[in-house]
Amino acid sequence: MVSQTAAAPSETPLREAGGGGVSRRTALRPYILIAPSLVFLLLLFFIPLVQTIALAFRTSAGTGFGNFGKVWNDLDFFDAVKDTFALVVVAVPVQLALALGMSMMLRHVRRGRDLILWIWSIPLGISDLAAGLVWLAILTDKGYLNTALFQLGVIPGPQSWLTYETPVVLFCAILTAELWRATAIVFVILVAGVQLVPKEFEEAASVFGATAWQRFRRVTLPLLRPSIQTALILRTVLAFETFAVVLAIGGTNFPVLISQAFIWQNQNQDYGTAAAYAVIVMVVSLAATAVYLVALRPRAGEPA
Amino acid sequence: MRASLAALNGALVLSAFSAAPLPARAQEVTFLSTQMRPLEEAQRARTQILNGAPVKTTYVPEEPPQLPVHLQADAQGSHTISLVGALHGELAPLVPIGLLAPLDDQETLLKQRGIPGNLATLAHLGGEHLMYVPWMQATYIMAASKKALQYLPEGAKLETLTYSQLGEWAANVQKATGQRVLGFPAGPTGLMARFLEGYLLPSYTGGTVVNYRSPEAETMWADFKALWAHVNPNSTNYNFMQEPLLSGDVWIAWDHVARLQDAFRKQPNDFVAFPAPAGPKGRSFMPVIVGLAVAKDAPNAAGAKQVIDYLLKPEMQVTTLRVTSFFPVVKVAIPEDLDPGMKLEAQAVAQQQAAPDAKPVLLPVGLGSHGGEFDRLFTDTFQRVVLRGQTIHEVVQREAQDMQHVLDAAKAPCWSPDPPSQGTCQVK
Repeated sequence: MVSQTAAAPSETPLREAGGGGVSRRTALRPYILIAPSLVFLLLLFFIPLVQTIALAFRTSAGTGFGNFGKVWNDLDFFDAVKDTFALVVVAVPVQLALALGMSMMLRHVRRGRDLILWIWSIPLGISDLAAGLVWLAILTDKGYLNTALFQLGVIPGPQSWLTYETPVVLFCAILTAELWRATAIVFVILVAGVQLVPKEFEEAASVFGATAWQRFRRVTLPLLRPSIQTALILRTVLAFETFAVVLAIGGTNFPVLISQAFIWQNQNQDYGTAAAYAVIVMVVSLAATAVYLVALRPRAGEPA
Repeated sequence: MRASLAALNGALVLSAFSAAPLPARAQEVTFLSTQMRPLEEAQRARTQILNGAPVKTTYVPEEPPQLPVHLQADAQGSHTISLVGALHGELAPLVPIGLLAPLDDQETLLKQRGIPGNLATLAHLGGEHLMYVPWMQATYIMAASKKALQYLPEGAKLETLTYSQLGEWAANVQKATGQRVLGFPAGPTGLMARFLEGYLLPSYTGGTVVNYRSPEAETMWADFKALWAHVNPNSTNYNFMQEPLLSGDVWIAWDHVARLQDAFRKQPNDFVAFPAPAGPKGRSFMPVIVGLAVAKDAPNAAGAKQVIDYLLKPEMQVTTLRVTSFFPVVKVAIPEDLDPGMKLEAQAVAQQQAAPDAKPVLLPVGLGSHGGEFDRLFTDTFQRVVLRGQTIHEVVQREAQDMQHVLDAAKAPCWSPDPPSQGTCQVK
């Protein structure tokens, strides 16, 4: 923008002489540079999206809601809705709290900050399925947890944690795995946000006698709001799509919406019903995003 | 998703066509197969199985859904394909659309090589003519850790085990060790549906579809629910039983031979393989049969038959077993130097096939894209009855209605062992 306005006067004679070619090219430049990514997204995101929606409404009898009827009658549908929302409602706030705590603590670290940052971000680089399998290895009947408990004399033999007979422990196990795996993404976004908050604001607050909690609550948190909004939207949308971790640890005992989509596509070979599940997840994710955008919008008088 | 898969398949078809020889070389045989598809397996099929064929054979793997499309295109166009290798259920739909030639002149070959009568009957696909020659087979069997053998109920033998003895056996182990060691692959990608539709239900009712809501079926579900008390609750997470067998979580298991083979191969001295149990209506089991068929108006039908003869030679059947883990269909002595784990499986497969009360049950035929829905009916019934404790009578009534909808949508006639039907198969 700046360079364009600066360049404008010198271009004036050219425009008079030869009819505006250069400035038009300059004006087009951003679009040309953006174009490849737009085309890429259009090809690999938008087109499959439209196809998925079309697939969800197409049945052997024609176009209609038949596939959604099948979803409704799916034995596991209501469990999948319940489990998905339970996971999102519990995991996302805990992840936000953990990530806030971690990024606040990191502010006060002088030596070894990069190392801590690096270690805390490790789960970001691990695939969902690998993370699920790691936790499965820990929690399975003859896994590390039971081995340790057995050696400590807490349990007499292998104890099953991940079955339909132990739904609460199963939920906690999946929650723990999710917290371990996906808190890092919230953390990384918040760390970036925290770095943008000028320390002077807090110093000024403490000059006026604000306690640490007041400084956090009244100064840091409001300034972090854009980062929190981004992190929440991203994390919630991803939490609705949680899949590999759940499938690895919970198998069929903990159906979630996306694992049902996978099962209908892969096991039942019913692409329409799988697409209907995918559309439901999309609608739910969009709704959640809208809620965050409205709930966390800057109020009157606050900086955007 | 489907469109992109279709595009991918299209690309595969194109590459398959370009890999095929020119039609002029009629002395060669082009062999289209839905088995041994992955690159490495296909390469092994070429270099270890077909390299000694009497006729130069070009092996072309194809995705199952594309098989009829590919054959139809070939019949109307380039006319290159002579030989087709596919599952029984994939070959069956090719007959009514006239893509396969009858092979009645091969009947003597079947007898000569000692192919079991029940396999030969299936190869007629319900009509008068022999439509394919059985090539190789896989199936599902039982596996047990030797630790479990001491708890076998009195008088019970592995080869003649019944479902009630299986339950007693698992109960004995539980009583002695406190562990539930019987396991089933009821996880998200496990093959539990095959157990229910091919083993358990027909062993009680004599069929898969027609008697779905019969009193015998209700008895079966009640028995199985009782048996489930001794089943490892992790079963709903198991996809391949070889893993819990090797870890020791499960001592007795049912699964596909390919999903047990790691246990037998890694610890052949610790495990035994044996036929599936029997119910009141016999020892139902599900052979997965791969057949060889000749395309109608094949450019080289004589050559294709020479290749069939070659692939059915006992030594080639053993080679095929080594290369693919598919078991022989002909009478063959298992060689001494075969991998000991594989030998265990091969013996159990042969025992199961030859048991006096053996009742082969076909993989669902003619359901096309509704196959997954059909399987799901069985796992849903299982979930409702066994895991959620719903009333058996109501559940089977409800699921039987859904089953009829699926059959109607697919317009599928009954398949063996259900009696043949006029038109769509009907649940009684």
